Amino acid sequence: MSALLQVENARVRFRVCSTLQALFGGVSDPCIDAVRDASFSIDEGETFALVGESGSGKSTLALAVAGLLPAAEGSIRFEGAEVTTMDTAALKAYRRHIAFMWQNPVGSLSPRLSVGALITEPYRIHRVRERDLKAESARLLKMVGLPPEFAARYPHQLSGGQARRVGVARALALDPKLIIADEPTAGLDVSVQGEILNLLNRLRSDLGVCMFVITHNLNVVRHISDRTAIMYLGRFVEQGPTDDIFARPRHPYTLALLSANPEPDPDAVLERIELKGEIPSLRDRPAGCEFHTRCPFVGDACRQTFPPLHTVSAAHALTCHFPR
Amino acid sequence: MSSDVLTVTDLSVHYRTDHGALQALRHVNLDVPRGSIVGVVGESGCGKSTLIASIIRLLAGNAFIPNGRIEFESRNLLDLDEAAMRDLRGNRMSVVFQDPMSTLNPVLTIGRQMTDIQYRRNASRADKQRRAVEMLARVGISDPASRLGQFPHEFSGGMQQRISIAMALQAEPALLIADEPTTALDATLEVQIIHLLKDLQTNIGCSILFISHHLGVIAELCDYVVVMYAGEIVEEGTARDVFHRPAHPYTEKLLQCDPAGIAAKSRSLPTIPGEIPDLVELPAGCIFKNRCGYVMERCDNVVPAWTESAGTHFVSCHRTQT
Amino acid sequence: MIDVLRRVFGDPLGRIGLILVTLVTVGALFAAFIAPYDPIALNIRDRLQDPSAAHFLGTDQLGRDLFSRVLYGGQVALKVALITIGVALFIGVALGMVAGFGPRWLDNAIMLFFDTIRSFPTVMFALATVALVGPSLETVIAVIVVTTIPNYGRVARTQTLSIKSNEYIKAERAMGASTARMLSVHVLPNVMGPLMILASMDIPTVIALEAGLSFLGMGVKPPTPSWGSILNDGYTLIRNTPWPIVAGSIPLLMVTLGFTFLGESLRDLIDPKLRRTV
Repeated sequence: MSALLQVENARVRFRVCSTLQALFGGVSDPCIDAVRDASFSIDEGETFALVGESGSGKSTLALAVAGLLPAAEGSIRFEGAEVTTMDTAALKAYRRHIAFMWQNPVGSLSPRLSVGALITEPYRIHRVRERDLKAESARLLKMVGLPPEFAARYPHQLSGGQARRVGVARALALDPKLIIADEPTAGLDVSVQGEILNLLNRLRSDLGVCMFVITHNLNVVRHISDRTAIMYLGRFVEQGPTDDIFARPRHPYTLALLSANPEPDPDAVLERIELKGEIPSLRDRPAGCEFHTRCPFVGDACRQTFPPLHTVSAAHALTCHFPR
Repeated sequence: MSSDVLTVTDLSVHYRTDHGALQALRHVNLDVPRGSIVGVVGESGCGKSTLIASIIRLLAGNAFIPNGRIEFESRNLLDLDEAAMRDLRGNRMSVVFQDPMSTLNPVLTIGRQMTDIQYRRNASRADKQRRAVEMLARVGISDPASRLGQFPHEFSGGMQQRISIAMALQAEPALLIADEPTTALDATLEVQIIHLLKDLQTNIGCSILFISHHLGVIAELCDYVVVMYAGEIVEEGTARDVFHRPAHPYTEKLLQCDPAGIAAKSRSLPTIPGEIPDLVELPAGCIFKNRCGYVMERCDNVVPAWTESAGTHFVSCHRTQT
Repeated sequence: MIDVLRRVFGDPLGRIGLILVTLVTVGALFAAFIAPYDPIALNIRDRLQDPSAAHFLGTDQLGRDLFSRVLYGGQVALKVALITIGVALFIGVALGMVAGFGPRWLDNAIMLFFDTIRSFPTVMFALATVALVGPSLETVIAVIVVTTIPNYGRVARTQTLSIKSNEYIKAERAMGASTARMLSVHVLPNVMGPLMILASMDIPTVIALEAGLSFLGMGVKPPTPSWGSILNDGYTLIRNTPWPIVAGSIPLLMVTLGFTFLGESLRDLIDPKLRRTV
């Protein structure tokens, strides 16, 4: 298997104050690292999930992968071509091969365009003339399980689940090789979440498209991804095959995330690992292990030195002094 | 005095629209016993928001209430005038909303907002501040005295929600209405807020009406559960009744669908096919018939009665009545 | 469009507005057919007559039929209003969208331009310009265009800023859309709604401004009829007859009330916050 997307040591920085302010305000670095040393790859036909809480940098990393944000360091290669150094024309060509599913199902659809116009928008942007747009819109709607009459509707006439399907149809328009799905089930009712996950799974097996799923919801990850990475403060803390991570989570943060998932059973016996406090600010990263301020298993080493990479198997690795 | 803080009897709420009356809430019965937590579960369009808005009497302008009573501390809220109602809000009953970012005023300090809402108390400024500090400490904000001077944006989302809860509980209300208070929060913070609510409820002794679409949260927090679908309460009972022995097909399906309940990896998850019926032109018979797996002939034209299936467990479904 | 008209007509305020606006517009458009006399033909013998069957609104000091002058004056008023607002809207929206969507420095430059214009009092600016280039219809139009551009520009900019942050614009960018496409297909239609309402409510202001300038002798040159010049004539004759003043004010009142009502009714209709929601 060859890697479709390969990210190595990616770092994405945001400027938070001007150089002058930094100089006089006693801030050593006017930038923060939203993503730091992220490395992963997505193989052909694979689904990779990135899990993290808000502010963990997961969406930032996705935007960098799509070339919508510049990476300060590291390399992002798509089919061997370096994305970080592409010029505008090359980026436009590259974006034909990747498609986004945005977090807000209705909000990511331009409100004054009909569904038909929305899902054929990629053809217009990339000046694909040889296709019959009407037939294409019917074909795309069929792929996501909507009747062709939906082409005449407007976004506000759609339910959350339907809008989500339209978003998927638009993502499929140019036969992308990679779909980046940002919170594919956010804002959807429980009974509709399953429908969307089933749809994504079906498309993957029918079309062989790769997926990069970003979510905070572990329940989603379990059912659709092959490999999973957990992100905290812009760094990967654990990465491995999804089944391994769910069966035997090793990093305390992964453990806490898994156990923070209330079960629909009032008598459920919970061995919950409750985290103390809040996520630290990116401006003020803790010394040593960056998770030590909230970790229930914190030791002296954690406060002083950055944890080493601990390899469980070839595919499963984590950064922790005391893996569980 | 009755043992229920809040009793909603046969409440219907309709909205006037261009196409006719949209029947958002129909014949709803609901009790919130003193000192208990009642959870309301339902998906979008089930009428949760309308229920809250009618209890706090802040319905949209085109809404009207054809029938029903909302009894709160032995008074029918629907009979009260606006002044009496205003006297109750934030005092005897208060609300915590979903998004703490938009419930706190961004240009006023936390201290100012927390003392301002004590306008009913005839106390000195210092006294009110003391009370605010005490409340912040109770919701787990460290060093509360020095944080009174800070603005909402200086707090994280979880902290903001804690502050909203502190403000809601400051007057020690008899009823706290929590409208999806954890939905905007991350999983690890969600757990913290649930525990906080449970602790505060025990300490203050108030009742909580907790609205959520998250089944796991409801199961963990609530004593009683009410399941709503398309403007009706379809099932009601103790958390154990509802989660262990769901009697209504909708509840059953909902529990099956919840991805949190499916531990085994599955490429084909259960769903509830179909859509919520049109609430302007209601179908005859059972409201759930078009999506129900057990649909019978009777469901087509007879509205199922609200019946007791066990001591505290109520359901409206023909299946349980045969 | 028909649906919008029907809904406006359903609202009492909107109905009055629509009727008034239609009356004035029809009167101006078909002045040549409706007007009983030539608006500039002198008839000294019949000067300063009170309203009668022959002269609905009487005559002025030169014996010109006031009703005919009012109808033709409507042509001037509407021409000025439509041209100025059309041009100002076009330039204002273009600048506003560029300011809202473009880089920070461009935004600052355009906003500085807007603020500079707005810091002049409109009438002072108009008087100064007229003093420099002389009174004419074109001068009036140019002055009003320049002074109203910032109104539209600012609204367009604010709208663009809020639309820009929407996820569907991000989605467009990620699909590789060009800035021109994002602006024309996705931003413009969303900006136009509120601006059309603003424009319809600006029509009476512009008409009043034209009348005011003509009243001061800074606008339309005599003998071309304008509501402002009719009022001005009436002002000098106030001791002899009230009718020229009445004749000049009636259409102004009709237009102002008509377009204001229409604009308010449209706003209620289009503004989603005021619209009845479920």
